[in-house]
Amino acid sequence: MAAEAQVLMDDWGGGVHPYRVGHRKLGMWLFIMSDSLTFSALLMGYAYLRASNVWPTPFKFYPSIVFSSVMTLVLLSSSLTMVMAVSASAHGKKSNARIWIILTALLGATFIILHSIEWNHLIGEGLKPFQLPTEWAEKWPGATPLFGATFFGITGMHMFHVFTGCIYLFVVAARVNKLKHEDIEISGLYWHFVDLVWMFVFPMIYLLSIYPKK
Amino acid sequence: MSALADTEDHFAGSNKLFLSIWIWLLLLTGLEVFLGYVQLPVIYMLVILMGASIVKAALIVAYFMHLRFERLNLVLTIVPAVVVCICLLLIFFPDSFRAKALRYNAPLPAGENH
Repeated sequence: MAAEAQVLMDDWGGGVHPYRVGHRKLGMWLFIMSDSLTFSALLMGYAYLRASNVWPTPFKFYPSIVFSSVMTLVLLSSSLTMVMAVSASAHGKKSNARIWIILTALLGATFIILHSIEWNHLIGEGLKPFQLPTEWAEKWPGATPLFGATFFGITGMHMFHVFTGCIYLFVVAARVNKLKHEDIEISGLYWHFVDLVWMFVFPMIYLLSIYPKK
Repeated sequence: MSALADTEDHFAGSNKLFLSIWIWLLLLTGLEVFLGYVQLPVIYMLVILMGASIVKAALIVAYFMHLRFERLNLVLTIVPAVVVCICLLLIFFPDSFRAKALRYNAPLPAGENH
């Protein structure tokens, strides 16, 4: 008991960093906490709409599922390259860290390009934020027109995060020699969070809306 | 200065560990895509896919975001608050079934009389 009190006193008695992280890293964690609630609210709104309506399941194997699966592979790989960058930075290899960070940003850009092609295909079919394509409306009578609103809203919000992440990483790569290791780690936190969000968006938006076999 | 020194370059985990986490994440994603084509009822699909996604998210947070190697103080500050807030969002979800019944004139669930 006395030992626990001593630990509490050591951590919270003032004059130390109880989390053993700098204020910038703690700030990024707090941002990630708030952003995770933003995405949770969006996904919960989507789930509510989906459960309270007839919902189209329009995603065919090609192009939607193939594209979204490849996008998942790209984003997961970008997380691996990012962790390699942080590892290189921790070992003082700033040049290697820069290469890994640039590779991560390029994978992020690839994700955006693939997602844009996927969006373009759906828009070409006639999907709009508040309107279903005629073919879908006939196949799923009474379906809500809000499919597009949730799809473009959630995936668009995620794509915006990937886009800002790419810019962030290019800036970090350009300034890598001037930055501390913790700054590289912080950019990594943001990037992994973007990856983490996609781990929920991909199954909820795409895999639960696969076109039925019959 | 000693307090600041606490925060400096500590980094645990090997490249081999991160590679194995990446492989696990790919395998779980492959499993999810495979399950998408097994015609299970949507409720089973939802539970399995969300379960797999939570495992993937935990792997990313623990190893890629390094939280497993941070102090327990930080973990306990971040994780429970987010989990509780997300669970609180679920409180509205059951109303969706009532809304569907009203929207499509289906029989209301037992106990609903408006």
